[in-house]
Amino acid sequence: MKQLKLPKLLIFALIFYSAIQILYGTEILNGYILHIINQSLIYVILAVSLNLINGITGQFSLGHMGFAGVGAYVSGTISTLVFKINPSSPNGMLIFIFAIIVGGLAAAVVGFLIGFPSLRLKGDYLAIVTLGFGEIIRTVFNNIDYVGGPRGLLGIPKFSNFTTIIVAAFITLVVIRNLVESSHGRAMLAVRENELAAELVGVNTTRYKVMAFVIGAFFAGIAGGLFAHLLQMAHPTQFGFIKSVEVLIMIYAGGVGSITGSTIAAFALTFLSEGLRIGIRAIADATGLPIGGEWRMVVYSLLLIFIMLFKTEGLMGTKEAKLIRLKEVQ
Amino acid sequence: MGAIFNAQQIVNGLQVGSIYALIALGYTMVYGIVRLINFAHGDFYMLGAYAAYGAFFAFNALFVGKTGLMAFVVLIASMAAGGVIALLANRLAYKPLRYKPKLSSLITAIGVSMFLEYFLSALPAVGPSYRSFPDILPRVNINLGNAVISNYVIIDIVIAAVLMVGLTLLIKKTTLGKAMRAVSQDKDAARLMGIDIEKVIAFTFLIGGSFAGAAGLLAGMTYPRIVPYMGIQPGLKAFIAAVLGGIGNIPGAVLGAYIMGLAETFASAYNSLIGEGIAFAILIIVLLVRPRGLLGEKIADKI
Amino acid sequence: MSALLSIKGMTHFFGGLKAVSNFSYDIPEGVIYGLIGPNGSGKTTTFNLITGIYSPTEGKVFFKDKDITAAKPYKIVQSGIARTFQNLRIFSSLTALDNIKIAKHFGSKSGLISSVLRLPSFMNEEKAIKKESLELLDLMHLSHRAKESAKNLPYGELRRLEIARALATRPQLLLLDEPAAGMNPKEVDELMSLITHIRKEFKVTVFLIEHHMQVVMGICEYIKVIDFGETIAEGRPEAVAKEPKVLEAYLGKRGV
Repeated sequence: MKQLKLPKLLIFALIFYSAIQILYGTEILNGYILHIINQSLIYVILAVSLNLINGITGQFSLGHMGFAGVGAYVSGTISTLVFKINPSSPNGMLIFIFAIIVGGLAAAVVGFLIGFPSLRLKGDYLAIVTLGFGEIIRTVFNNIDYVGGPRGLLGIPKFSNFTTIIVAAFITLVVIRNLVESSHGRAMLAVRENELAAELVGVNTTRYKVMAFVIGAFFAGIAGGLFAHLLQMAHPTQFGFIKSVEVLIMIYAGGVGSITGSTIAAFALTFLSEGLRIGIRAIADATGLPIGGEWRMVVYSLLLIFIMLFKTEGLMGTKEAKLIRLKEVQ
Repeated sequence: MGAIFNAQQIVNGLQVGSIYALIALGYTMVYGIVRLINFAHGDFYMLGAYAAYGAFFAFNALFVGKTGLMAFVVLIASMAAGGVIALLANRLAYKPLRYKPKLSSLITAIGVSMFLEYFLSALPAVGPSYRSFPDILPRVNINLGNAVISNYVIIDIVIAAVLMVGLTLLIKKTTLGKAMRAVSQDKDAARLMGIDIEKVIAFTFLIGGSFAGAAGLLAGMTYPRIVPYMGIQPGLKAFIAAVLGGIGNIPGAVLGAYIMGLAETFASAYNSLIGEGIAFAILIIVLLVRPRGLLGEKIADKI
Repeated sequence: MSALLSIKGMTHFFGGLKAVSNFSYDIPEGVIYGLIGPNGSGKTTTFNLITGIYSPTEGKVFFKDKDITAAKPYKIVQSGIARTFQNLRIFSSLTALDNIKIAKHFGSKSGLISSVLRLPSFMNEEKAIKKESLELLDLMHLSHRAKESAKNLPYGELRRLEIARALATRPQLLLLDEPAAGMNPKEVDELMSLITHIRKEFKVTVFLIEHHMQVVMGICEYIKVIDFGETIAEGRPEAVAKEPKVLEAYLGKRGV
């Protein structure tokens, strides 16, 4: 007899969702914490999608936030400048979803273009080229007046909320997890492990490298769109190199190649970042010393150096939690 | 096109190129020896500028009326700062990862770069805002008919040239220079010949860092303002210049830097957006068309 | 007998250095064919040229009468040529089982969508891939290692794993680059019976490069001896072993 069994990750997500909603509804959780949870979930999308490129496929992108920027600007343009929707507009939610998906697709197109250098370049060179592309993308936003130029695209309607963000994060996790545990995912792993050997067991390495960039960029674009509709703006500086490095720190802290690790690290570091912000301000207020927010990045950079020096494999290595792993095919 | 390719632009391009060349040399030497793209290299340049700034205000009173000597002290300070911090970065952050996957060092270098930038910004004595750089030497404009050239332009070009000639002599004539070349050719063979690899690497960082420091001083004098993030863009562009010339190749880095300086100056004169983007366009074209650069050698993968 | 693989006038230079010089030969279907020669005589280069890692300066490669010269390596594999490497190229942080599954990749028909949604067709295919992969591991006496990270396997097992991985691509021609390298005499004996067994079981033609004379003389039905990129002798093992030129160039006058 066959009975309907919900996958454990879905059950976990539902419990998490309900718990947060209840805590928020009963005002145990304030709007500020919920906002950080929302940001953490968006970082989960960013970190897991970057992990597909850097961790699973063994490529190296330093411009991941550039993709997010494409998603943010494209979706923001659709919702704000083209349809001029707001949360009370009829069909507003539908248009918002449409805008987010188009943003993701636009980022995927850019990912396709950036994937090409990856066909000829490896490691450090690829890092520099992706960094260059990321900077070019940022420069372009900076110079398009239609989307606000250096002021950024302002007045984006606030459509992102806990529900929309958690659904997107859940879909991202499931899609990338399922992808990794398929023939396509194994081909990507093979590219990471040994490109020549992969090619010589029949893997079209070109195709899979570009595919990793396209899929990774798509989800980064989705995350960017969600960000824009959460913070109600898109600004060129949100998508610069340093922001890409923040996501990079997440995947290294969590363990390159581990979806679980990226997810945990996205939460931990988003909370750490907020904690540092509050802590530094408190110290500055209490002591009257001129301590600025730069210390937050000092801590971040030291964290990155220490991970690389002392715990290269990160929290999880390449392992996955039971919750994320699929049941083995019998 | 006369407005773009005139004598003034050429001189400006050579000036920018000189600064890039001093930075690019360090990039290329370090890459040649340890195969590391030292992301923090642009920050050694920034530190050189700040050290020069500090030295000027610390010693200015001692050297009243002796501007030449003051300028020399400032130059030494900038080179010492760049060199020493480069040495420390090598010892503390890169050396432990020498035989780990290459990407670990690259990521660590990003960390070191961020650390230097944010740490300086966070220090109340430095801070994140721009500071105007003092005139260490009096500024004189020389009129050459259709171009006006500041004496600073000549200073930049000459100091860069002197340092580069010095480096060439060092590499060609001294035992240490020969050891550097040997290590960049084949580390294992060099070790078997009794060369202390780590010493050579440290020395390379020292020279590269001090050249970047000197470039920082020149840039500070020329533009004349400094900020903790000032090394990012020139660092990237000098790196691209090194790639353009063929990374690991010393004359290539200089050639690439001057091409880059000229290209950027001409492009900016034409359109500022193109000026901003031309470096990355050059990088992408070089890597797609001729990844080994103009003077670089082809590296074959052993299968 | 028609030739399965046919190489015509292949020449390859590295810079100014001639690695392979005007090489021509036919490998008939079903044989175990051995290529021997001193170090640096161009053996591995030949494999690299056949599998598309290098493209020959001159000459052509035909497989099943189709010109595959300088085709993309993965296309060549998909057309039915698989190989192993002299210096192992294992996917070392993956399990032995995954190493094999990857090689079954191109036979898979599931698209991205059905993989992500884990549709029944995808699940059935995954089951089949797993079953076949386990069978291959079993054949190579590696069943007990299925779940083990490949990097934990001893050298001899890694060599077998690489052969299993090559077989997983369902080749008609199997190129083995020094399969006995680094093996002890007992392992060499096992390897020899394994290769003969594989040939029978998978109906595969074997083309091997080997230094180990025992292997070459013991299982090859046809041998070609090269030196400095040129052929100096070829034929049945017994005949080749008696050629004075071979004795001199390869065996150093001491005999077999």
